[in-house]
Amino acid sequence: MKQAKASKKYWATLLPLYLFTILFVGAPLLYMVVLSFLQRAESWGVTSQFTLQNYIQILQPVYLSTFADSLKLALISTTIIVFIGYPFGYFMAKLSPKGKQRMMLALMVPFWTNSLIRLYGWIIIFRANGTLDQLLMGLHITDSPLKLLYTYPAVVVGMVYALLQFMIFAVYSSAEKMDWSLVEAARDLGASPAKAFFTVTLKLTLPGLLSGIILTFIPSMGLFFIADILGGNKVVLVGSLIQDQLVKAHNTPFAAALAVVLMIMTTLMIALYRKISGVRDLEGLL
Amino acid sequence: MGKKILQLEQISKSFGDTKVLDQISLEIEQGEFITLLGASGCGKTTTLRIIAGLEHPDNGRVLLNGRDVTLFPPEKRTVNTVFQNYALFPHMTVGENIAYGLKLKKFSKEQIQKKVAEMLELVQLEGYQNRMPGELSGGQRQRVAIARAVAVEPQVLLLDEPLGALDLQLRRQMQFELKRLQKQLGITFIYITHDQEEALNMSDRIAVMRKGQFEQIGTPNEIYETPKTSYVAHFVGEANILRGTVAEAGENILLHTPAGSFSAHCYEVAAEQGKTACVAVRSEQVSFQPAEQSLTGLSAVIREKTFAGGMLRIVLELTDGQTLVASRHGIDLPAQVGQQMTVFWEPSQAIVVEDSEEELP
Repeated sequence: MKQAKASKKYWATLLPLYLFTILFVGAPLLYMVVLSFLQRAESWGVTSQFTLQNYIQILQPVYLSTFADSLKLALISTTIIVFIGYPFGYFMAKLSPKGKQRMMLALMVPFWTNSLIRLYGWIIIFRANGTLDQLLMGLHITDSPLKLLYTYPAVVVGMVYALLQFMIFAVYSSAEKMDWSLVEAARDLGASPAKAFFTVTLKLTLPGLLSGIILTFIPSMGLFFIADILGGNKVVLVGSLIQDQLVKAHNTPFAAALAVVLMIMTTLMIALYRKISGVRDLEGLL
Repeated sequence: MGKKILQLEQISKSFGDTKVLDQISLEIEQGEFITLLGASGCGKTTTLRIIAGLEHPDNGRVLLNGRDVTLFPPEKRTVNTVFQNYALFPHMTVGENIAYGLKLKKFSKEQIQKKVAEMLELVQLEGYQNRMPGELSGGQRQRVAIARAVAVEPQVLLLDEPLGALDLQLRRQMQFELKRLQKQLGITFIYITHDQEEALNMSDRIAVMRKGQFEQIGTPNEIYETPKTSYVAHFVGEANILRGTVAEAGENILLHTPAGSFSAHCYEVAAEQGKTACVAVRSEQVSFQPAEQSLTGLSAVIREKTFAGGMLRIVLELTDGQTLVASRHGIDLPAQVGQQMTVFWEPSQAIVVEDSEEELP
């Protein structure tokens, strides 16, 4: 009896959560999936006729290559983020409590500004005869403007800038929890500093590193406005393709199909992550 | 025996403005079980970390087997540590933990397997090879930590309060086992503890530390029977510390206090006529009788009577304000709190010590 009452209360408290999720996450997702199987109407909207045409259209080389480009950019950005973000998070965990607080603040403050405005900052830095060119020419490292704006490297820098802090925080939180006496124990048993790092520190901060990769890789598949703003029209990603199909071409079913494929790809990434990190009880360390 | 395995020469270490070690020197012989005993913050863990190479001294030298290893990193020293929190690698099995150091020394797979099995047998954990450290009890983790450190055959094994986290019964059992292990392996043990009972039970020699210095180094007997300072007497023997003016100097001395006069004996420390001397008397040596039955001794009042651990503890306050603790076997004694008493002891049991000038509880 008592238990039944308790479980009723339990459901009562959870109900708003479920309602919210169904209404604002489940239903729109379902709507999108349904849309992706419908046919485009002559001028606007959709007709309720089932078709696989939208998915077949994705198989055209021009769209497949867009997916490949997105994947490539995400991979490049994530790799760079790993090599900057991991050491950053690692050393941040070794700072004094006060140092940690200051660093945390320094990382957070830029995000109180709108991300678009911050991207325009990069335009000022990258444009011909912009801040970067002036600096490099002033130091006589280069003697003509590099014209970095609207190039691939500019897009990569923008992606790294936008997503780096996710990696830093993920690595930091697992490095912070690490027992540093384990590294001392490794050294004591005969490990060089590098050996101790690879056999102990890296293994124990792996959960943080992996979740950092997920947190940067998945958004980088969809962050199209960075490529649009810093890459001009030279770098077309799945995200911008979806936007174009929806806003400019008014092809809602095709846009939905593209979104579904993108979602499946990211879901597979998460499944892969779970499989890797699930090996040998690493979650217990978090 | 007799060969010096480890020498510390004039070692000093400061962290910021805090002087942790102040010119300490120590020589340790091959096969010895030596304990660094002291309260927390006395510098004993820092001493151990300097020997292990996890910390480098500001001044002084560390000699291992006659070779100067002061600036060697930990991996280059044939010294291993059993850490206070065990520091077992949580992502490796018990077997992998023990094999860690062996793998680094490039032993073959068969050699490693054989050694791991041997170590598990040594610490009586056969069959635990594939368990994860998280699945073990505190005592078992402790054994794995020892096995892991001993597997690489160190010349000196450092143990940093290894029994601190265990319950009393397990602690007693492990004391016995550690001693057995040390005899069996013939390795020099440097053991850290703040528990005087542990130190007295296990050690060949004890070095009592206080404020970054060695207060006294000697066998458990020497430390217990003839403490050199009031700190050692109080910390190791839980002795009462009394101060009085020396009226008659010599081997046996007479001291005056406002509460009366008493005799004491000089073993290691001499007393000077007319000066204040410090005397240690262990609680079990303190006798007392109702004031009306006895006249020779110090007059005191019973302030407290408590029963703990099979012993009765009586707190007596001398008329000059100094307090004494007496202990008795048994549950009760006829004397009441507030009763006037005369306190006395065998003069040979009152040991003249150097005054550490420390507030004692």
